[in-house]
Amino acid sequence: MKKAEVKFVNITKKFNETVAVDNVSCSFEAGTLTTLLGPSGCGKTTSLRIIAGLERATEGKILIDNEDVTILPATDRDVSMVFQSYALFPHMSVIENVSYGLKMIKEKKEEYTEKSIETLKLVNLEGYENRMPSELSGGQQQRVAVARAIVLKPKVLLFDEPLSNLDAKLRRQVREDIREIQQKLGVTTIYVTHDQEEALAISDKVIVMNNAVISQQGNPKDLYSNPKNKFVANFIGDANVMNAKIDNKEGDSYKISLAEMKVNISTNENLSENIPVAIRPEKIKINKNKIENCIYSKVTNASFVGSNYQYIVSSKIGKIYIVSNDMENVYSVNDEVFLSFDDKEVKILNN
Amino acid sequence: MRGLVVCWVLIGGLGFFIFPWYVTGDGFFSINWILEYSLEDYGSALPQVFINKKYWLLPLFIPLFFPLITLRLNQSSQLYSKIFLYSGLVGFFYFFLQGFSIGIRGWNFEIFQSIFGDVENQFGVGSGAVLTCCTFIFYITHGLASRGWLNGDNFIVGSIGSIIILVSTFVFFPIFRMFAVAFKGTEGGYEISNFSSKIFNKGIWGLDCLYSDYACGVFWNTVTMGTLTAFSSTVLGLAFALLIARTSFKFKKTIRILSVLPIITPPFVIGLAIIILFGRTGAVSTFLEWAFNIEPSRWIYGLPGIWFAQTLAFTPIAFLVLIGVVESVSPSMEEASQTLRASKWQVFKTVTLPLMRPGIANAFLLGFIESLADFGNPLVLGAEYDVLSTEIFFAIVGAQYDETRAAILAMVLLAVILVIFYLQNQWLGKKSYISISGKGDSGVHPEIPKTTKWIIYSTVLPWALMTFIIYIMIMFGGFVEMWGIDHSFTLRHYIEAFSIDWVKDRGILWTGTAWNSFNVTFMIAIISAVPTAAIGILTAYLLTRHKFRGKNAFEFGTMLSFAIPGSVIGVSYVFAFNVPPLEMTGTGIILVIAFVFRNMPVGVRAGIASMNQLDPHLDEASSTLNASSSQTFRNIILPLLKPAITASLVFSFVRAMTAISAVIFLVSANYDLATSYILGRLENNDYGLAIVYSSVLIVVMLITILIMQLLIGQRKLGRRDQNAAILQGNLG
Ligand SMILES: Nc1ncnc2c1ncn2[C@@H]1O[C@H](COP(=O)(O)OP(=O)(O)OP(=O)(O)O)[C@@H](O)[C@H]1O
Ligand SMILES: [Mg+2]
Repeated sequence: MKKAEVKFVNITKKFNETVAVDNVSCSFEAGTLTTLLGPSGCGKTTSLRIIAGLERATEGKILIDNEDVTILPATDRDVSMVFQSYALFPHMSVIENVSYGLKMIKEKKEEYTEKSIETLKLVNLEGYENRMPSELSGGQQQRVAVARAIVLKPKVLLFDEPLSNLDAKLRRQVREDIREIQQKLGVTTIYVTHDQEEALAISDKVIVMNNAVISQQGNPKDLYSNPKNKFVANFIGDANVMNAKIDNKEGDSYKISLAEMKVNISTNENLSENIPVAIRPEKIKINKNKIENCIYSKVTNASFVGSNYQYIVSSKIGKIYIVSNDMENVYSVNDEVFLSFDDKEVKILNN
Repeated sequence: MRGLVVCWVLIGGLGFFIFPWYVTGDGFFSINWILEYSLEDYGSALPQVFINKKYWLLPLFIPLFFPLITLRLNQSSQLYSKIFLYSGLVGFFYFFLQGFSIGIRGWNFEIFQSIFGDVENQFGVGSGAVLTCCTFIFYITHGLASRGWLNGDNFIVGSIGSIIILVSTFVFFPIFRMFAVAFKGTEGGYEISNFSSKIFNKGIWGLDCLYSDYACGVFWNTVTMGTLTAFSSTVLGLAFALLIARTSFKFKKTIRILSVLPIITPPFVIGLAIIILFGRTGAVSTFLEWAFNIEPSRWIYGLPGIWFAQTLAFTPIAFLVLIGVVESVSPSMEEASQTLRASKWQVFKTVTLPLMRPGIANAFLLGFIESLADFGNPLVLGAEYDVLSTEIFFAIVGAQYDETRAAILAMVLLAVILVIFYLQNQWLGKKSYISISGKGDSGVHPEIPKTTKWIIYSTVLPWALMTFIIYIMIMFGGFVEMWGIDHSFTLRHYIEAFSIDWVKDRGILWTGTAWNSFNVTFMIAIISAVPTAAIGILTAYLLTRHKFRGKNAFEFGTMLSFAIPGSVIGVSYVFAFNVPPLEMTGTGIILVIAFVFRNMPVGVRAGIASMNQLDPHLDEASSTLNASSSQTFRNIILPLLKPAITASLVFSFVRAMTAISAVIFLVSANYDLATSYILGRLENNDYGLAIVYSSVLIVVMLITILIMQLLIGQRKLGRRDQNAAILQGNLG
């Protein structure tokens, strides 16, 4: 399959007064799966539709394979899309749906039938050729939609929340299927979701969007362990975002305090008086007894959720959320506890 | 793209060089010109220039063929689109100018007379001219598309352009012409004084009836009639709706069927039935005289009769509006109210009725509009009670023949109706409490209070019975000598209207007097159904799926003819199309066109309603799969809209079969329509024939509806089947 890089250059999209995408530049590397992740209304679908050619950018340029396609209509772009609602043509059978695009580019009947059947095989739908879409389950419909999109061997494959109509169990399965097909074909894929777990699980790269702009981008692991701002820290996984006070600065390294605890961090950025920092809840250790350099706190809420315990404790710097795998030492409400963590788990966020 | 351009240049070339430029006596579509070609009579533009000395046609050559030079140009260049745009505009406007600056008596404007000298009079445009003009329109839209309009989509820009031109020609131009006529002076030319003396006139605005024996002006007559009819039909419609939705009445199905009947009922039938029942020699009157010695009178002629007939005719329409409203009141709200200790009556009064109030107002306004636009009933039953819609007719066909008066009356009627429409949109548009929610509402509507129920029964049932009797009478009344007087069985009327003879050497002879108008009506109704549905669906597609500047104006324009009463359309067509360059009166084409543009809004609405049910992602999916917009329209939209298409085909067919108000102005000896034929019979008091004809029409329409449904077929979506529902929604 052709591999193509997709590039946004200062793309802005306005609907009357609403700015759906605000001066976004980014690139989707050839042959990889990139996820657009973000809360509802942040402009993910709009960005995707701009790539498909279903929406025209108000400003900026979009390049596919280094070719400027900004004003090219969807019909003439080598891009396929799998819609959230699948958008299977209800009056056509499965095979007619899949071969529709090939028919449009005037392939011969034998050729397109053969290609369509092959593609249906790829998505594990052999034998369903002559069913009508209404005679398929949701998951099967979804696979037909995928088959219909990939049969054209597009340069770019787009998914808009493809799993949102499936039940929770099936979602995990289907997202792995999608990833597998993507890797088999090596097609540049852009995937929109608002489910952070889904995004982390299948992507080569995640682009987090918020309020029409990119908040942060990077590979899943990097995003999780080094969130750059409050929004990303909270949106991807859970995080305790706290205000730290800077006590001392020596070159690149700072001494900061979080409640009673002193922490050493180093950064090449110039920090001001108070800075927000994030700590993942599972990185915080609970001690029964007071130790050196810790945060004093009191348990206000404790719940058992099967694989772990989750606590909310209150401290001088507010409530802190903790996930503990320690099944031996269990705390209950009003217990005094002492929190500690490694210095490197404290992540500095941008203001 | 080059292929498309070449194709259109060829079409224009055909129009310019081959097809007859002017319409001939044989008619627009006649192919006589091929059989007996002669340059003088059937010449295309070029021979017209040189043989008939119509030199002004020659310049059209330039914009028509100039765009050929673009075949060597880069299609994305500015120049390319400019050449098309300007050639098209120049050609189109020159075409327009030459068409309208020469009239039946030579130049229309004296300036030209002094510059160019005398010219021969203008003729109506023929097929050659139309083809050429189409090519210019293509140039314009292609030019716009290549500039990047609507993503450079030729199909979409072309469709929008064509619809704009069609609607302007056949809706706006006639209305405009009508305004011009209203201001026309007695001596030709335009005068404001003549206009003002005719519009500020006792005959229209007078209030004499309040204090003297003289009649009031037509305006007040019309408004009184509209208000009365709107009131009674709304009340009855509401009663019917409540009966069906909120009681356990047994014969709900029958009532529902009765409610669809008026749609397939020819316009005079109810008036006719009322005359036969309550007229001076009517069955009921005779019975009353015999039993109670009540002197038969002519009370039904005038306002009471019109009111009665219109209420019968429009109650079903009010019912259809109100049943939707009654059913959409969410039961959970009523249940909520019940749990808050409200009694049945309190629930009805404090929740159900207020929620329905906008719907009721809507039904009232609709009834008012229908009543004002109604032509058949006032014509048959009006006697001395003049209303606008019939006055327009008499002003132009009667002895008075006063064009200006007809135009002015039409303007008044149009103004009243537009104001009501405006009110309806402004006031009700924002005020809908439709409370159907996406969440499955599983509650049940409470029954209405007992007393209300009995009131409803006692109004509705006699009324339903009345409707029932009327239809029975129409279906069987044709088999008796004369209703109310001589009830002996006869086939006389049928034979007179629909007899067929078989003569040895000449084959079948359609000797019945009704055959001519019947065949014409049937053909024209069928022919006009197709473009009506096509334009309607295409417009709906453009409106729901594409964004373009001026879309609101576009929508307004396409829906406007819905608001224009038939008599206004009719009279404006007479003004606009009985002179060249668009000379069509007396042809079948003008009837078809009148039907198409009168019924198109219904097609648009049906189309919009079902387009809104189609997931827009379907078309987007199709376009990401390399289908162009015309392919998407053909492969995805059309097949999925089959039910809407059937509905608008059937609807426009039926409306064309039963239309009277617009076409009464446009029928001619060769193209007489069933309704105007029936009217003629009624005027001669030949009730038997009128009844026979009406019942045949009703039966034919029923059969045609069934056949059309079978032919177009059901939409195959596997397990789902929405066809029936949508069709019902449209017809019912
Ligand atoms: N056709 C449109 N007209 C007007 N505003 C629009 C249109 N489409 C999107 N918007 C607006 O643009 C913004 C971004 O919408 P978009 O559909 O891209 O969000 P999203 O990130 O996909 O959200 P979700 O996760 O809910 O699908 C929203 O504020 C939305 O209201
Ligand atoms: Mg979205």
